Amino acid sequence: MSKKVEDIDQVVIKFAGDSGDGMQLTGTQFSNTTAFIGNDLATFPDFPAEIRAPQGTVAGVSGFKIQFGSNRVFSPGDEADILIAMNPAALLANIDWIKDRGTIIVDSDNFKIKDFEKAGYKSNPLEDETLAGYNVIEAPITKLTKESVADCEIENKFRSRSKNMFALGIVYWLFSRPLKVTEDYLDVKFGKVPEIAKANKQALKAGYNYALTVELLPSSYKVKAASLPAGKYRSIMGNEATAWGLMAAAERADLNIFLGTYPITPASDILHELSKYKNFNIVTLQAEDEIAGICAAIGASFAGSLAVTSTSGPGLALKGEAIGLAMMTELPIVVIDVQRGGPSTGLPTKTEQSDLLQSVYGRNGESPVIVIAASTPSNCFDFAYMAAKLAVEHMTPVILLSDGFIANGAEPWKIKSTATMPDINPAFAEEGDADWSPYVRSEDKLNRTWAKPGTKGLEHRIGGLEKQAITGNVSYDPNNHEEMVKVRAEKVARVANFIPELEFNGDENADLLVVGWGGTYGGLHTAVSSMLTEEKSIAHAHFNFINPLPKNTAEVFAKFKKIVVCELNNGQFVKLLQSELPQFDYLQYNKIQGLPFSKGQLMQEFNNLIEA
Amino acid sequence: MEHLVKEELTFRDFETDQDVRWCPGCGDYAILKSVQKVMPVIGKEKEDIVFISGIGCSSRFPYYMNTYGFHTIHGRAPAFATGVKLANPNLSVWQVTGDGDALAIGGNHYIHVLRRNIDINILLFNNEIYGLTKGQFSPTSQTGIKTKSSPQGTVDRSFNPGKLALGAEANFFARVIDIDPKRMSEVMIESEKHKGTSLIEILQNCIIFNDKVFANVTAKDVKLDKQLWLKHGEPMIFGADQNKGIILNGLKLEVVTIGENGITEADILVHDAYCEDNTLHNMLISMAIPEFPVAFGIIRQVKGASFDENVWNQIAEEKTNAKFNSVDELMNSGVTWEI
Repeated sequence: MSKKVEDIDQVVIKFAGDSGDGMQLTGTQFSNTTAFIGNDLATFPDFPAEIRAPQGTVAGVSGFKIQFGSNRVFSPGDEADILIAMNPAALLANIDWIKDRGTIIVDSDNFKIKDFEKAGYKSNPLEDETLAGYNVIEAPITKLTKESVADCEIENKFRSRSKNMFALGIVYWLFSRPLKVTEDYLDVKFGKVPEIAKANKQALKAGYNYALTVELLPSSYKVKAASLPAGKYRSIMGNEATAWGLMAAAERADLNIFLGTYPITPASDILHELSKYKNFNIVTLQAEDEIAGICAAIGASFAGSLAVTSTSGPGLALKGEAIGLAMMTELPIVVIDVQRGGPSTGLPTKTEQSDLLQSVYGRNGESPVIVIAASTPSNCFDFAYMAAKLAVEHMTPVILLSDGFIANGAEPWKIKSTATMPDINPAFAEEGDADWSPYVRSEDKLNRTWAKPGTKGLEHRIGGLEKQAITGNVSYDPNNHEEMVKVRAEKVARVANFIPELEFNGDENADLLVVGWGGTYGGLHTAVSSMLTEEKSIAHAHFNFINPLPKNTAEVFAKFKKIVVCELNNGQFVKLLQSELPQFDYLQYNKIQGLPFSKGQLMQEFNNLIEA
Repeated sequence: MEHLVKEELTFRDFETDQDVRWCPGCGDYAILKSVQKVMPVIGKEKEDIVFISGIGCSSRFPYYMNTYGFHTIHGRAPAFATGVKLANPNLSVWQVTGDGDALAIGGNHYIHVLRRNIDINILLFNNEIYGLTKGQFSPTSQTGIKTKSSPQGTVDRSFNPGKLALGAEANFFARVIDIDPKRMSEVMIESEKHKGTSLIEILQNCIIFNDKVFANVTAKDVKLDKQLWLKHGEPMIFGADQNKGIILNGLKLEVVTIGENGITEADILVHDAYCEDNTLHNMLISMAIPEFPVAFGIIRQVKGASFDENVWNQIAEEKTNAKFNSVDELMNSGVTWEI
């Protein structure tokens, strides 16, 4: 039996289930296959902080959203066209985020009375009016999964576990995707337990065949490959790209990486990734705490390694004193903060941009450091590389801000060649330099040099006490202190001479300039691009360089009538801009829900501002 | 035949041009001198030696050593030293710390550096008081001590750095005295030879805030009776008349007199610093006056792989199994597609 195939441009799918149902794996597999066949895409994993939150409750729902299409995709989208809900809780948690007349695929085996009551439904949503207006597909996924693995020699408790693969099989059929990418993955993943691999593959295939056969699914869809620039592509996640950017920088700079860190959500994958590639002379130290992580890294920096520490907001707070020491001793280190919802422990698995002021100002004394921010999963590669370059060339800590949204999000990436990345020239001091002194500075960058132990004749002492200019000896001289504070500030300010200028997308002289920074790029770009096609007077400037700001920032701002600063916090970048560039008036649009911006809300807000 | 004579370093090569700013009469001076005298004989070039410290009086030490040096953050020196040694295992790394730096604010790093057994030397200056902040009690201060922050006397219990170290699986622990530079130097040379974390507790007199706190052990008139200097393979005999010894009576140590109650030298315990089991080492470390003499010298010296060695061996192994020889190869691996 052949079924109808419809062509469509852009689709949003949400996979949702219990946190133990394997929804992240399912979503990742769908993304990899979708990227593989040439669609552009953006993903948004959204899961609870608890590893196994109470089963069947809304608190325990783990979700994975993906938008893909035949055009460029910059955000995971707002409302889903299709929801896969493995239980009533997953349905309840997502029902407000499904498009009108959208399709909902449920595992009907999990809608018994105890299931829907546990989720918080008073009556069975499959039987009452809850789902009126949606295209609901009730599939007995658990039962059919068990049947599909009947011949596999696995323990009984594993028989229903492949139901996520069954669900994935349904969606693969629905969007005409091949099974091969996932089958190959399963063979590798379960190479040591071939029966488990077999069960998963059979469930996947069974789901695909079920969808092909049943009458409930009227048609399948075809989403043509996107017109991306020619080249070789792969799928990449933000944290992975960050690790690879550091590795590329270390290779180009001929340095060993030293990562000193402590596990913390959502930054731990950077540690996991770097730990896989020790053959590149990478040392990863899982330290006893956040402080030891950065302190060990600074020790390694003193000894000549490319030092890195990775963390999230609470960890950055703990590292503050050590960042101050690296700033004072003018040693290079890359501090990666994958931001999450704060304050305090906050919302560990949710995204937010609320560590900006902590990054720029959060240390004792006058202690400026470079702060930069990645803005997409794939450009985490470029900004990690840039962070390493700036750190070792300017001899200063660099804080690289990422966030949970881009760190866990994935997108297709045109693979870069490390040879095309800019040169990195670490500021090493050379043996035999008679004029060398620890705090002699370069003329252009004002950096001191990096004299690593083992270099004959350059034995010297550094530390957190104030330094005498040139010699680096301990000094309590009042005028020297003032001079040193100012020169350290000037050193960071001069980084503006070595970074790209600010660009903007849209009409010069537009009524409204949308300003964002970091991980909100995709959401803001999507909304502004959409409004530009409607010929709205709008433009978008996005900041990757926070401290210092690009040199032409004021020049760009001056072109526009109104400026709105959009952030996933209560207004932090706007405070920085108000203090650095007080000549402009800034409007604000803030969202503090642990979630990315939604296109619909942004467009409504921007239209209001243009018309106001 | 021509001889290639390596330039001989002397202690003067390890002095810096900085004024030493400890209080006159501070025990730190004698320790500094000993360390400067030890450096030329450990077989390392000056540029391959690094001194790392935290914060406190003792932590000014690196400024006075003409080697590479890093005066870091209160309590965190073990972490910095770990990073230095892992980045370049060829370096001889010395951490200088005090009882507050190592055992109060730095307690966490103290136990973990010992647990990992990275190949560094830790000089723990224990004066049982906070000096730089002007005289508050420390975690090693004796209970009841009256200080500025404990005018009525402390009610805190103190702990013993050696017992804590052994609890953290330390392989090398020694105890010396600031005013005994000869034996202090001998122990330092052994600590540098030892692979893994070597911890030397130095009883150091703070002349301003806790003067003579160790006098009942170190004073000339009592020292022979109150100090037991341990040497691997030798019986635990001490005393002005060399007739006192330590025996194991059941599960307890006991001080006996040779020639009394039928005790002969053969009954006296022989020190085994190399014993893997640390039970007896713990008992020796715990000995305190008035019942016992205080144990000095190298109490525990057990061989084992060092952390830095294990880390770099693993990296070497990964190189032989490497799937990718460059970052480009890695990035082009796995599922890729052409557009």
